[in-house]
Amino acid sequence: MSTLKTGNITHPSSTGTAITLDASDNVTINGPTNFNSNALSGIASINGGQIGGSRNLVINGAMTVQQRGTQTNQTGGYTACDRWQFAENGSSVITTTQDTNVPVGKGFGSSLKIEVTNASGTPTAANYALLRTKFEGQNLQQLAKGTSEAKDLTLSFWVSSPKTGTHIVELFDNDNSRQVSRAYTISTANTWQYVSVVYPADTTGSFNNANSASLQLAFWLMAGSDNSSGTLAENWQAYNAPDRAVGQVNVMDSTSNNFYLTGVQLEVGSQATPFEHRLYADELQRCLRYYQVSGTIKGYPMVRYENTGNGKAYSNWRLVPEMRTSPSVSFSGTFITSTGYSGTPTAGDITARQFRLLSASSVNPNDNLWVETNSVTESQGIISDAEL
Amino acid sequence: MDSMNITSAQYIADNGSNISIQAVIDGETRYVPLDPANRHYAEILRQVQAGTLTIAEAE
Repeated sequence: MSTLKTGNITHPSSTGTAITLDASDNVTINGPTNFNSNALSGIASINGGQIGGSRNLVINGAMTVQQRGTQTNQTGGYTACDRWQFAENGSSVITTTQDTNVPVGKGFGSSLKIEVTNASGTPTAANYALLRTKFEGQNLQQLAKGTSEAKDLTLSFWVSSPKTGTHIVELFDNDNSRQVSRAYTISTANTWQYVSVVYPADTTGSFNNANSASLQLAFWLMAGSDNSSGTLAENWQAYNAPDRAVGQVNVMDSTSNNFYLTGVQLEVGSQATPFEHRLYADELQRCLRYYQVSGTIKGYPMVRYENTGNGKAYSNWRLVPEMRTSPSVSFSGTFITSTGYSGTPTAGDITARQFRLLSASSVNPNDNLWVETNSVTESQGIISDAEL
Repeated sequence: MDSMNITSAQYIADNGSNISIQAVIDGETRYVPLDPANRHYAEILRQVQAGTLTIAEAE
């Protein structure tokens, strides 16, 4: 058997190089590769990460799930699209909606729209605005953060911003108070643009293997000098606020401003791959771990089980799927209060799997009541919130 | 950067035991579990420790 020793292989008609070989036995194929229906074997990873399954760490990156519906006059809190939270300091007020404005032909049906309803002109030092999503540490162990085997991360997304110029997207390690930022440039206002950035591996500070918020991904929208007067943290570093969002343009400076985002994907490795589209049912199931809303309730029974004395009637409300942790429970919309009905209930003995729903008032022993809503929307009723 | 405006907090009891906290958080009434992994309860504890919030006993 003879050995062909060469560094490059090129077609006679090509001016480029089809295959490059180096002294470490690395092979680089520079063009599309057709395996002519043969199986591909021996692949240990793709982009240094897992080969298939859920590559995208972001839940609801395509903004398909919107259990809360349109959120008006927001100065903080979760937006119309599940898992995406707005935070601000200053006078910024926004309305968020799931919108049909999407990059044409890219396979998306919805985006998150942030509409500025109260502008924040020149920010004071402390003012900021950002859109973020958070990740449980137990879902990030594959990153091997804090070890010599730590992995790069690649973020890709589609964005339409009302402002040209520098925008900042940041990863923040809550467990170790560490940060890294990337700048991207919007070249044309109000036009969909694809962006991908690579964050380096961090060999310092591991993520807790738990259900708490270990990492946050933040799209900055405005940053006063407290968060922008330093040098942008282009490598992982200990928390230093002035290095977080250097150069960030002010997206919040006019009530004419609309910011759109979709197709957000955070994946292991240094190569952006096509967006991992999930079935709506799959994405909804992931979102239900953090937020559940009942919508209309008709004739849900509760009983005063004790045989003696007056007290509250109650029943168990099951949470399916099990939530991230014990949720906060609230009641939105009108609950019928007339004779035989529970009124607006209260909640107690709350776990990640169920809680006790109690009647508004005490009743006689063995009395039965109904929990029933009147004209509530699908974003109202009994709300269970276990967000990060 | 997480700020919550908690204007009231009171234990909810049943059969003599506290089973949740009724709190008005950012203008919304919520029943908060006694679970530190819940972000609302964690914030209630933080504000109580800071001396800016008191949890009223159950009625």
